[in-house]
Amino acid sequence: MAWTREQMAARAAQELRDGYYVNLGIGIPTLVANYIPAGIHVTLQSENGMLGMGPFPYEGEQDADLINAGKQTITELDSSSYFSSADSFAMIRGGHIALSILGGMQVSQTGDLANWMVPGKVVKGMGGAMDLVAGVKRVVVVMDHVEKSGAPKLLKACTLPLTGKGVVDHLITDLGVFEINRGKSPVKLVALADGVTLDEIRSKTEAVFEVALA
Amino acid sequence: MNCQIEICASEFPTEYFQLLRCGVNLLSMADKIQKDAVDALAGVLFDGMTIMAGGFGLCGIPENLIAAIRVAGTKHLTVVSNNCGIDGFGLGILLESGQIKKMISSYVGENKLFEQLYLSGALELEFNPQGTLAERIRAGGAGIPAFFTKTGVGTLVAEGKEIREFDGEDYVMERGLTADLSIVKAWKGDAEGNLVYRKTARNFNPMMATAGKVCVAEVEHIVPVGGLDKDNIHTPGIYVDRLLAGAKFEKRIERVTTRPRADKVGS
Repeated sequence: MAWTREQMAARAAQELRDGYYVNLGIGIPTLVANYIPAGIHVTLQSENGMLGMGPFPYEGEQDADLINAGKQTITELDSSSYFSSADSFAMIRGGHIALSILGGMQVSQTGDLANWMVPGKVVKGMGGAMDLVAGVKRVVVVMDHVEKSGAPKLLKACTLPLTGKGVVDHLITDLGVFEINRGKSPVKLVALADGVTLDEIRSKTEAVFEVALA
Repeated sequence: MNCQIEICASEFPTEYFQLLRCGVNLLSMADKIQKDAVDALAGVLFDGMTIMAGGFGLCGIPENLIAAIRVAGTKHLTVVSNNCGIDGFGLGILLESGQIKKMISSYVGENKLFEQLYLSGALELEFNPQGTLAERIRAGGAGIPAFFTKTGVGTLVAEGKEIREFDGEDYVMERGLTADLSIVKAWKGDAEGNLVYRKTARNFNPMMATAGKVCVAEVEHIVPVGGLDKDNIHTPGIYVDRLLAGAKFEKRIERVTTRPRADKVGS
């Protein structure tokens, strides 16, 4: 029994701290907003130029001038502010955002992340991912533990073109949670998903890791 | 213009007449407002030119000016824009007509035609990280030829570029970016070219307004000079050469996402 998308998002939400400015990527990371722990106030940044992202609008109240980086309609809060893309990435690249949660294709034991390109296949572009991993203080990746083919995604070295080198702090998969620490120390398995055994996770992981379950 | 001076002369300070004697006529400053998008682009389009187009996805795109470029048929364009519209709308219509030779973008995943053209070799593509793209344009408009950033170090993006160490960390050199023409979309503007954007429709528009040799802005509302709050003008008029009120704004939404009203749940 691996974790569902929702359970992975809920686990990622445990990385949030009161007062954090946070950027959430597209896909499972977006769901993290639904699991912000009680008593914790975070401000969501949308890299297309907004701080203080509100929930989706009520039907009929959508505004074409108000979208998130995934091009979904959203709303503003009393605390929201708008700014240009240059200001937005000054926040990101200047180290002013505390946490970035984003999806991944591959993560290496040295903290490398690949999540934007599969050579020979459709190339969509990196969007803001390279800026986020280069500039945000703490980078959390949320991804399936293996590919649809069963091939491992937590590797000794990434085989896909990189988004960033030595940038991943923390990895949450459907099978468990790993401290990557940007490759500055050995990878540690710190939590197993419900019903997942150490043997299973070992058989589905190429990277070398230590076991440090709480 | 002269008759206007006579009418108002008593209200003007003496400095104004001193300026007039020096050949500066404040009242004859060219009105930047154009009749429509076609007029606003008259004389500035040429084959092989580089055009910056504001917008993020379909939000805040100069849709009237894009349509006018389609009508003009200008070819072999290099277009700098974060995205490339969708099939049949935004910059997508310039892909359909084969007017675009090269795109400089950060993400083009919303466009099937783009994919076909790119894979068939009919379209060149340069991917820039979104923040690098924004900063390259900002730098270009500010006269900064290059800058260093951590973004992209150790990736394909840094290949062939200078890497320099600052304070123990590696940075890659990126070049400032300018264009022959920038087309931007604002919410409100006045005859001086002062612009105000609305919500997340601001995105790349303010930087692009600074980085085009010529900047043409389309706005939803033209307001009288003095009608904008001077403390809250996002793009000062110096950057804007021509201005028009868009004939119509479709303002399409790529992904309408809503939540049910609490009072409708279960009804």
